[in-house]
Parts: sequence; structure tokens; C-alpha cells
Amino acid sequence: MLKTFPKGGIHPPENKITASKPIKRLDPPKVVYVPISQHIGIPSKIIVERKEKVTIGQIIAKSGGYVSSNIHSPVAGTVTKLDKIFDSSGYKKQCIVIRTDLKDQSNFELIDSPLKTDIQLSKKDILQHITDYGIVGLGGATFPSHVKLNIKKDKHIDCLIINGVECEPYLTADHRLMLEKAEEILVGIEILMFALHIDKAIIGIENNKKNAIANFKELTKNNDKIQVAALKIKYPQGSEKQLVRALLKREVPKNGLPLDVGVIVHNVGTIFAIYEAVQYNKPLTERVVTVTGKTIKDPSNFWVKIGTPVIDLINEVGGLPEDTRKILNGGPMMGKAIKNTDVPVAKGTSGILVISKEEAERKKCTNCIRCNECVFVCPMGLEPYLLMNLTEKKMYETALNEDITTCIECGSCSYVCPSHRPLLDYIRFGKSIIKTLEIAKDKK
Amino acid sequence: MTVSIIYSVLLLTSLGIIAAIILYVVSKKFYVYEDPLITEVEEILPAANCAGCGSPGCRSFAEKLVSTEDISDLFCPVGGNDVMESIANLLGKEVTKKDPTVAVLLCQGSCDMRPKTTQFQGPDSCAISALVFSGETDCQYGCLGKGDCVDACLFDAMYMDKDTGLPVIITDKCTSCGACVEACPKNIIEMRPKNKRDLKIYVGCMNEDKGGIAKRACAVACIGCSKCFDICPKDAITMENNLAYIDAQLCTLCRKCVDVCPTHSIVETNFPPRKKKPISTITKGKKIDSPSKEKYIDKKVKAIVEPLKSNNDA
Repeated sequence: MLKTFPKGGIHPPENKITASKPIKRLDPPKVVYVPISQHIGIPSKIIVERKEKVTIGQIIAKSGGYVSSNIHSPVAGTVTKLDKIFDSSGYKKQCIVIRTDLKDQSNFELIDSPLKTDIQLSKKDILQHITDYGIVGLGGATFPSHVKLNIKKDKHIDCLIINGVECEPYLTADHRLMLEKAEEILVGIEILMFALHIDKAIIGIENNKKNAIANFKELTKNNDKIQVAALKIKYPQGSEKQLVRALLKREVPKNGLPLDVGVIVHNVGTIFAIYEAVQYNKPLTERVVTVTGKTIKDPSNFWVKIGTPVIDLINEVGGLPEDTRKILNGGPMMGKAIKNTDVPVAKGTSGILVISKEEAERKKCTNCIRCNECVFVCPMGLEPYLLMNLTEKKMYETALNEDITTCIECGSCSYVCPSHRPLLDYIRFGKSIIKTLEIAKDKK
Repeated sequence: MTVSIIYSVLLLTSLGIIAAIILYVVSKKFYVYEDPLITEVEEILPAANCAGCGSPGCRSFAEKLVSTEDISDLFCPVGGNDVMESIANLLGKEVTKKDPTVAVLLCQGSCDMRPKTTQFQGPDSCAISALVFSGETDCQYGCLGKGDCVDACLFDAMYMDKDTGLPVIITDKCTSCGACVEACPKNIIEMRPKNKRDLKIYVGCMNEDKGGIAKRACAVACIGCSKCFDICPKDAITMENNLAYIDAQLCTLCRKCVDVCPTHSIVETNFPPRKKKPISTITKGKKIDSPSKEKYIDKKVKAIVEPLKSNNDA
């Protein structure tokens, strides 16, 4: 029997149409828009000026505090503007606009470097490299990695979990990376195990990526420190808490972190970025993005420079279909619709999903019929129908007592609701209100 | 027969007397003293229970008024100065007078002026849509048009105008309780002083973007050109973040800024219609109205054509 988490979960149609498409490298875009808040925490501080020339990998915005990250220039070129443009949050945010210098050869150099297995740096230097080269969690939450790796002495970590689950339908970015860069990822895992004194690592992969599982199993035949675990296909298994429960049967406490049960979880994309940062001093300036959709002509996976406008990627896969209704940044379950096609790819963009008019239409919301379906599928054991009602009636205190803040916003409840009720919209709203109320309380 | 009737009457009477004695003793023993002033004050208050004063209802506000020594910070916006004065007389305390205010919408981005570029399909609520994105138009400061303020208004002083997609405030009904100000996630409702004829001049825009970007998103956006700032004789206008703001305390309602605004983002309410002005002054700020333009052209054409005709005839 394959491992999985016990409570809730759903299995939406997978639609992984790009699973067999190798990751293509694109020509550098003419203009990049680099947002300064691509991570959770404090936005970075811009340290370049207008008309300044920048080279590839140069720091253009410095970390603004502890929970923050450096941002590097993805291209060589000239800073033309420091402007506010719409980013994936749906609001106008500060961006650094760089025009690519198309004569500069460094923009076209192939960056696929040979495998480098021996670790030369000391433990301290490894962590310093991860901080300096702006590595953030590439699974989607974009939490700065150095904060996650800076473990207090009273915590004992005994296991590193590598998240290769990719439970979101449509997305194949991590899948392709695991196939094409498997050896590099294994070196990355060893770097982290060495830096953090951990002797056990588990790579968790969902069973719909059989070739990736076989590939890793073959490569780790003689390595008993790294295990490969196949997981049952179930959404939202890629969530940290669910993954820890599935692999180790450890329950992460309410409002706690995997750190509290002696585990660190990292996405495969992050591991690859750490490998490049430590072995080749390469900052995080590009990532794998799946550009897909049922109506797209030639959906594919790409190495995309941070800051590339979405329209460039869509043109690459055959242009925007006429009946497009929504373009999502991310997968269909947790992705967010973007405001226009000039929105840039940020560090957290794992996919661009184009949705046609038919699929996008929200069905009419009717009354709750008390079928309990949302309670069955909630992976956190919450009662979504109740939380929605409490938020609607402005009973925030009661909602807080019902653990509304532990919701991971996976959207399973809204997905299964036969009355098409906007459960997650209201729960997310309730969470934000409670957050502001708590901030107000702290200030008092 | 008669005996049983007498017994039952006696039994019930004595039960009644015993219960009365117990109730009397309990009511004396557990008597809670309550200031009779509280009820009196509550009777003066408008009983709207709107929470505009900061207390959850009129009763608790009355308690607060009676219990606190210095009530100069407390104010009932619905009752206004009259109510506060009569309360002050009753309690023998002093209150500060406040000018009556009225809610004002600082956005004129109707459907024609501010074209929609996206569509929101989620629940009909401004607060929820504000969580997800900046709004259906390209202006990220303006009205979202889902009517959270209308739902919050307890006095039926607001309604959504279907043609413009913007809420409308009925000034006579507005009690300035401030519920709409709190409900609006974009902070585009402001409380402004209300005078007798309800004459107001304010900048109906909150767009902090630079001129070009603001104008592209909305035809009536404030572009931060500072023309009103320059012309204002009383220095009532301040410019901040590409946006003008008129201080109602300093404004003398001279309307010079309204004439000069190139995007018509300064709103004037309830002023009598103006006298017609010579074309030369109108063209400075506004476009020439199409009928007058036609007339102007007609005259010119006649002036050219008629001499030609007479020449031909000759």
C-alpha cells in the first residue's frame, strides 16, 4: 500500500499534458520586470538607479531584513525605470525594469554546467551562500530558505524531506526537473544534509511520476541515507504538514512548523537552486515554469528568467487562444488569476495556466444542503461550511475558536461543494480579518 | 362542597402571599442600584444603535456618558449638537460642538469613465474582491462597486446606481455614523462638513498614480497637475502623491479650482447653475460644447460662402 495522509483530500483530474515535454531554454526577453517583493516577508530594498548598467547575477535589491531575500538581475542590460506595475498579487507593486542588452554575450551563454559532486565549502559558507544568492522556497510559498535552515540549538532535526509531490493538476515543472537534473538534486540533498548534520533524507514523489521514482531509485541504489518514497495520488499532498504526516506519521502541531517535529521540508526546485548557488555561485534568477492549458497549441516547460512578462511565454506556446477567460499564476487549485498579460514571472511562479471560457465559468451558488462533503475532504479536519457561515455573520471570535487560522487554503472544500458555495473565498476573508484584529490587539 | 372551594381559595391565596413575600425579600436583598440618569440620557439619544459613537449601542453610550467625568471627547454623530447639548444640560457636563458632517464618495469612476478590464466572479463583496486583486478596472484606488457600504448603512441613505456602478449617498438621510467609511476596503468614503445648503467642493478621486497612468485608467482621475493648487486663493489645496486634496475648513467655496481642473475630477454639489460665460474663458478648462462649436463653424462657413455667392450672382 502506498503512503498517504489519512484525513480528507481529493483527486481532481490530473491533466499533466506537459509531462513528456523536456524543459526548453528561451531567448532572453527584451525587457524584464523584476518585482521587489517576490518572497514572504519584508520587500527588498532597491540599490540600483535609473540608467545604471547591470550584469547577469548582480544584486539589484538587497534583503530588507531577516525574513527577506536578495534579488539579482536576471539579464545583462540597462535599468530603464523603477516603476509600479501589476504583479501576481493583483496590485501594483514596485518593480525594477531592465532592458536587455541583446549584444551582450553573457545573455546567451548556456548555463548548463557539468555535474560537480564534491562539496568544498564549510557548513557556515554553505548557509551564507544560500542567504546571499537569494534562495527562496520554490514550491509556491516563497519563504526565504535561509530562515528555514537557521535552526535554533534546542531543536533536533533528524530527517530532511524533499518535496517532489507536485499534487497540483496540470503542473509538471518539478517532474521534469527531477527527470533532467536528478544527479544535481541528489548532490543538493547531500549539501543540505552535510550543512545541517542530518543523516536521513526522504524524497517524496506521487505515484503518477513513475519514471522519476524509478530514476531516483536507480541513482540511490548504493546510498542508504537517501530514500525514495512513492506516494498515493491525492491532493493536497504537496502541503508540508500533509507530506510529513504521510511519510513519517508525525503530526505537525496546530500553528506549528515541521521543525517542531524534527523535520525540514524543501521543494526539489529549491534543492536544485541550492546546488547551483553552492557549487557554481549562481544566484536564483531563473526557474522552471510550465505553460499549459487545454486550449494551448503547444504546451511546454521552460527555463524562464525571473521578470519575464507572461505574454512572452504565451507567445512561445502558440499565442493566446481566443476564448481565454482566465490566466492563472500557478495550478488550477491554488493558482491565482492574473490581472493582465504583462504580469512578470516571479520566484514563486511554478506554472502559467490558460483557462477557456467554458472551464472558467463559476456556477451559481445555492443554499448549503448540509451534505458534509466539505468536512470529509478538508485535510486539516476543519468544518468549512461552518467557518464560512461564521465569517459571513461576522462572528470572528467563534471562527478563531474553530481554528480558522489553521486552514491551508487548498480549496478542496470549494472543489467538492455540490451547491458551488464560495467556501474558500469567505474563509480566506475571515483569516485576513482575524489577522488584522490580532495585529490591532498587539499594538494596544 | 363549599368547604373544598374555601380550602382551595385559601390555599392559592396563601401561596400567592408567600410568593409575594419571597419576591419582595429577593428584590430588596439583591437590588442593583442603577443611575436613573442612564435611562433619561438613553431617551434623549436617537436609539439608532448604529455604533457611530464607538459604543456598541445607545444604552452603553448612555452609561458611558453618565459614568465618565469629562465627556468632551464623546459625540453622537446621529443626534448631532442638539442632542449633545440637551444631554450636557441634563448631566451638568460640558460637550464640544462639532460641525455636522456627511459622507462623501471620493470616486467618480463610473462605467463610461473607467472601463472595466477584468471581471471578478467571486462573492459579491468589496472586501473579498479586494483580497484577491485591485479591482475590475485599471485604477487600483477607486470604487470596487460591490456595495459593501450600502449593506453597512442602517439608515437607507445609500443605494447603488446601476448606470454608473457607484454608490450614491442621499445627503438628507446620512447621519454621519461612519459605518460606510469602515466598510469600504479602499477608504474612498470621507466625512466632510455639511453646511445649510449642502454646498461641497471636493476632489472626487483617490488615484495616486502619475498623471498619464491615472488618466489611461479613468477619464475623470486627478492627474496631479497642480492647476487647482496654483489657483486656490486660500491655500486650501494640498498636493501629495500626485493627488490634490481640498481642506474643507479652509475652502471658501469660490469654485475657481472646479473651472480650472482639466479632467473634471473636482466635484461641486448643489451650487446654482452658473451664468453663461464668454467662450474664451470656458475653453481654458473645458471642452467647447458641441452645439456652440457647430454654431461657430456655421458662422464661419456663412462668412465665406455668402460673399462668394454674391460674386457669382454678379
